[in-house]
Amino acid sequence: MHADPKGVLTGVHFLDGDHACCEGTLAAGARFAAGYPITPSTEVVERYASRIPTVGGIFIQMEDELAASIAIQGAVWGGAKAFTVTSGPGFSLMMEHIGYAAMTETPCVFVNVQRGGPSTGLPTLPAQADMMQARWGSHGDYGIIALCPNSPQECFDLTIQGFNLAEEFRVPVMLMLDECVGHMTEKVVIPEAGKIEVTPRRYTKLPPAEFQLFEPREDSVPDMLRAGDGYRFHVTGLTHDERGYPSMNVETQDRMVRRLQDKLKPLANGRALCETENLEDAEVVVVSYGITSRVAQRAIQLARKQGVRAGKFRIISAWPFPEQRIRELAGRVKAFVVPELNLGQMVYEVERAARGQAAVIPVTHAGGTVHNPDSILKAIVEAAR
Amino acid sequence: MNETTLEIPYEIPAGAHNPVEPFLRMDRMPHIWCPGCGIGTTVNCFTRALLDSKADLDKVAVVSGIGCTGRVAGYARLDSFHTTHGRAIPFATGLKLSNPELQVVVYSGDGDLFAIGGNHFIHAARRNMDLKVICVNNLTYAMTGGQTAPTTPGKVISATNPYGVFEPSFNLVALAEAAGASYVARWTTYHVKQLSRSMEEVFKKKGFCFIEVLSPCPTLYQRRNKMGDGLDAMKFYKEVSKTRHGAPTSECALTKSGEIVVGKFVDRERPDYFELLRAQMTETLGDRYVEPLREQEEDVVCSC
Amino acid sequence: MAKGFVAITVERCKGCGFCVEFCPTHVLALSSAFNSKGYHAPHVVASEKCSGCDLCGMYCPDFAIFGARHAR
Repeated sequence: MHADPKGVLTGVHFLDGDHACCEGTLAAGARFAAGYPITPSTEVVERYASRIPTVGGIFIQMEDELAASIAIQGAVWGGAKAFTVTSGPGFSLMMEHIGYAAMTETPCVFVNVQRGGPSTGLPTLPAQADMMQARWGSHGDYGIIALCPNSPQECFDLTIQGFNLAEEFRVPVMLMLDECVGHMTEKVVIPEAGKIEVTPRRYTKLPPAEFQLFEPREDSVPDMLRAGDGYRFHVTGLTHDERGYPSMNVETQDRMVRRLQDKLKPLANGRALCETENLEDAEVVVVSYGITSRVAQRAIQLARKQGVRAGKFRIISAWPFPEQRIRELAGRVKAFVVPELNLGQMVYEVERAARGQAAVIPVTHAGGTVHNPDSILKAIVEAAR
Repeated sequence: MNETTLEIPYEIPAGAHNPVEPFLRMDRMPHIWCPGCGIGTTVNCFTRALLDSKADLDKVAVVSGIGCTGRVAGYARLDSFHTTHGRAIPFATGLKLSNPELQVVVYSGDGDLFAIGGNHFIHAARRNMDLKVICVNNLTYAMTGGQTAPTTPGKVISATNPYGVFEPSFNLVALAEAAGASYVARWTTYHVKQLSRSMEEVFKKKGFCFIEVLSPCPTLYQRRNKMGDGLDAMKFYKEVSKTRHGAPTSECALTKSGEIVVGKFVDRERPDYFELLRAQMTETLGDRYVEPLREQEEDVVCSC
Repeated sequence: MAKGFVAITVERCKGCGFCVEFCPTHVLALSSAFNSKGYHAPHVVASEKCSGCDLCGMYCPDFAIFGARHAR
């Protein structure tokens, strides 16, 4: 269905990533946000706080990230689309509740505008060092979806896509921005509401006597409910059966956790979101995401000028990791060069997917600023030799 | 209904049913609570209050945290949420804000609400969020084996204070009042009628309402301290409770064996969060302000 | 004829004794029989004194007993 025009700021704008992300949430239909101030993410909710009262919804600044990360889930079960926004230290605090959202299959969005870490780190400077944490940060076996925008325009577009995926898969979605993308100001085109596809929540059509809140459809995802409609349902973080009742035994555990991960498999395979260029004849493929992909673009151009057949694989959906695409590529390229604003995170996934069929070369950076294209170029040229 | 042969023959009318059963997920009975535990007693009072207040049960939501009392959500046949330890209140906040027509009841224990959940409690009270918080206070962390809670009185033996608790304990009613709660009462599981009436009162009241209910924990708190069983605790409550409506909460602290002051201590009128929000927004935005969420759902294109 | 009656679900009872203790007219006593879990459930020893007040039902933590008035 189409976006609600009340939330769509149609037009051509000059916005930074944080602000564009906020507009994305509004266009996606998010009418509830809870947050806690943390640099460099706070602008997302500050803008939301000033926009939402004339759109129709609520922003509440909670007392901490633990509260924010679960208030949004209460709001989802009350019937709203909801999100929260944070950066590294807050992301760490939210981990228990990301697990709760995954366990209870609560569709919601967590925006992490990544900054230098660990701990308080570099509050105003970029990094991409929370990528593994986005996938594995909470305890236990579960899965999430993570998207990486590389421009303010994508901060708008992928936010909408993030909400749509959350509804489709009944899963928490991480929007992994970084301080650079969040604070860079570029042209952002917001189309008319009629041109924006929004996935509505899939409320069940079955009556209360027949519906089970955790009984999956054929696509492994159950339909949704909201409080107040007479279903008298139960949601728990304990291992539960299809009714949602605690069922703490080995069989239920197996069935449940496998489905929580398996339902996301399409994104690891054919539905992975990525942007590729020059892969047909590539001997070295640069795998990157977020702000680093902008630098990588330059490095690839320079490499081509030098006669190296370099190709681009930009990861947009980082989790589930697009392993099918990487595995296919690994069979026909010499090497992957993986620059990241961290000491090596997604590069391990590339290695895993490549299964030794191609060399995998990390180009690490401790964060604080972006790569110099030369460091990536150097790695590409070395790999091609 | 299973009946072993009664010693003294006794007939009951056909079709008689326990008034609490429609409120319970009977397919999950028997519950996990111990013999002599008072949580089930509070659930009876809750049921009675819902009945007497003629609440629309489809609009009542129960949010619990983790712990023995936290299991109430799982047994109540209402839209119910068993959330994370200490975070029932912020979950309930989001639920209420996105769906104001719900009656949102937080039903949780003393450790869950006041240790790990303490920060959330005081802020929800400060905001006067329209939530009804029922705290079953058994003076311990029962589910995990009887560790010290912020409410455990001094000198008592617990799993984590094997030589006796020496930290001062919280006076929950004073805390609730100081944080801004609109309604503050304390009862014990002996005071079934009064507790039920208090619950009924809070269902009709807007704002942050807090009811503390003292309850026995015979298996852990009492056993370690040779305080007898559930019945002994109930008799103790009966003996040492003094009803003092309106008493200053600062004078209502609990001690190991001293007087238990019960009653309704605070019942004041304060604008609740929604009223404050609306007032501020309409003052600054005038008719540009759009009422949030459910109220305007009818004409929303994307009714997510 | 008593004003009320008491219904006891013996198998649910855990013998806590609340109902026996707090019945205002002492209608109940703990039975020497026990249920399959080994608990002594209450039984009615003074049926004519039952007013159907349901205090027993309000106290019972196991939802194993309730009282009600006889229909007139």
